[in-house]
Amino acid sequence: MIATTGTALTPHAYLQARSRWGVIEIAFWLATLLPFFLFPNYLSLASQIAITALFALSLDLILGYAGIVSLGHAAFFGLGAYAAGIFSKFVWGEPLSGLVVAAVVAGVVGYATSFIIARFRHLTLIMITLGLGFLVHELANSAHFITGGADGLQGVRIWPIFNYFRFDLYGYTAYSYSLVVLFLTFLVARRLINSPFGLALRGIRENPNRMPAIGASSRAHIRKIYTISATIAGIAGGLLAQTTETVSLGSIDFQRSADVVVMLVLGGVGKLYGGLLGAIIFMVARDQFSGLNPQFWYFPIGVLLVAVVMFLPGGILGGLSRLLAGIRGRRP
Amino acid sequence: MTAALSTRGLNKRFGSLIVASDIAISLPRGVRYALIGPNGAGKTTLINLMTGMLKPDGGQIFLGDEDITRLEPQHRVQRGLVRTFQINTLFPDLSALESVTLAICERDGIAPTWWRGLSSYGAATDEAFEILKSLNLVNDCYRPTRELAYGQQRLLEIALGLAAKPSVLLLDEPAAGVPKDESQGLFTAIAGLSRDITILFIEHDMDVVFRFASRIIVMVGGRILLEGTPQEIAEDPRVREVYLGSRHG
Ligand SMILES: Nc1ncnc2c1ncn2[C@@H]1O[C@H](COP(=O)(O)OP(=O)(O)OP(=O)(O)O)[C@@H](O)[C@H]1O
Ligand SMILES: [Mg+2]
Repeated sequence: MIATTGTALTPHAYLQARSRWGVIEIAFWLATLLPFFLFPNYLSLASQIAITALFALSLDLILGYAGIVSLGHAAFFGLGAYAAGIFSKFVWGEPLSGLVVAAVVAGVVGYATSFIIARFRHLTLIMITLGLGFLVHELANSAHFITGGADGLQGVRIWPIFNYFRFDLYGYTAYSYSLVVLFLTFLVARRLINSPFGLALRGIRENPNRMPAIGASSRAHIRKIYTISATIAGIAGGLLAQTTETVSLGSIDFQRSADVVVMLVLGGVGKLYGGLLGAIIFMVARDQFSGLNPQFWYFPIGVLLVAVVMFLPGGILGGLSRLLAGIRGRRP
Repeated sequence: MTAALSTRGLNKRFGSLIVASDIAISLPRGVRYALIGPNGAGKTTLINLMTGMLKPDGGQIFLGDEDITRLEPQHRVQRGLVRTFQINTLFPDLSALESVTLAICERDGIAPTWWRGLSSYGAATDEAFEILKSLNLVNDCYRPTRELAYGQQRLLEIALGLAAKPSVLLLDEPAAGVPKDESQGLFTAIAGLSRDITILFIEHDMDVVFRFASRIIVMVGGRILLEGTPQEIAEDPRVREVYLGSRHG
């Protein structure tokens, strides 16, 4: 990637090289347009993948960049989904304002809980995220009168975007909408990780014990990134509610929290694209395998997960980039 | 003139083990202090207490005139009291340049900024590069820290300390694990640091101590045995008995 020998490289050139858009990156985003032409019958699936990718991206910001393992991140996804759904039912169906409401609700709860999150580490922290996840799930379950409980939230009606783009049966609008939101949020996340704050997060991940000795308030950093991550998860949940016009308890349950960790680990933690790649692989695999046998589709995912963590420590993306570096290195 | 750093009646025990007993020291500005004592004397513990990484059971710590006893470690660093670690405490996956840039960003209060690229803060990177240059680390400054040679990692410890612009720098065995011929170079670099920085270093090698320290504090069993010039320390029979005796006996 970057020449590491000699002093020819100036610090500025080095930093700019780190944040420059690569050819593969551009190709990736162009490829996200392919479903419109190649798989027009799968645009609903493509939309779900984009939403899940956004959710995985939100987890990567805390897990991959600040080292906070969460097993309850679906709480924020679900909060966003219910907020957007309930808002459309009782206020109005305008989607963009609904998405803002989803973001704000998840962000506020994220900020409130970040004070607990920032105080703990290791197993304690994982158990706290798990517990918070159960708590929010149970609240959604028992608040039947407003969430619909186990029956799901019915009666969500979303207006056309900009009063023009109607949500169609083929998922054309849904995928366009999800993809645009994913891309814009990705731009924000990408800027964030290349900022001084992003560097501080990597510092926390690499060695939290050193941080106070360089004058850093790690807790303030953690509170901030947790809030941002919760907000993004809420946006993803809001998108799901709006594009499917329903919200079920499945949007907020433990399975969703666990799945997103699996996706991120499969794709590669701390690489921004890892979550996106993991979401694509996971969702496509689920779509294909559950067609064959709806009960056992976790079997291949389990095999893949074990194989990846055993043989590809950087996830599939890490493996690919090593492969690419190898090919480039062999060239004269 | 008030001392750069001083303590009053500092006490600390781990269970029944007394590791700091009524520690009163006072470091005048700009002086190079060595803190010596046998293994387990409580030298690292004293640094941990002064920097806030451990809470004392009693006593006070002053940075200049300010009582910092209850400040969080990072706030002490922000006020200029900075330490390095006996065992490398670095950022393995960050490059040396990134690590030092991070320390500068934290010092200047720009680390919370998430909406601007790091490349907009050229001054911070330039300064990091200069610090690394002064310690002869630029050749490998783009490589992840874990790939650096052990001696280079020891230098990076010091670079991180310098990046915080310390008024008082506490170096915990900066040359720990470094071969003797390299450790001279390392201490020459330390001796070349600005005289505005008050330095206290822990070191076991008496040649190095006598060469680079203007004053020496001897610690034994959690107590300050005595403090004096290198000559006074060298001639003191108690030091010979307790310190040298326990190391070579
Ligand atoms: N967190 C702790 N809990 C219990 N005991 C501790 C702790 N930290 C240090 N000690 C003990 O306190 C004593 C002083 O330790 P300290 O690390 O300060 O010694 P030192 O003078 O730095 O020694 P060395 O020269 O080996 O680095 C030792 O006996 C050590 O085992
Ligand atoms: Mg020690």
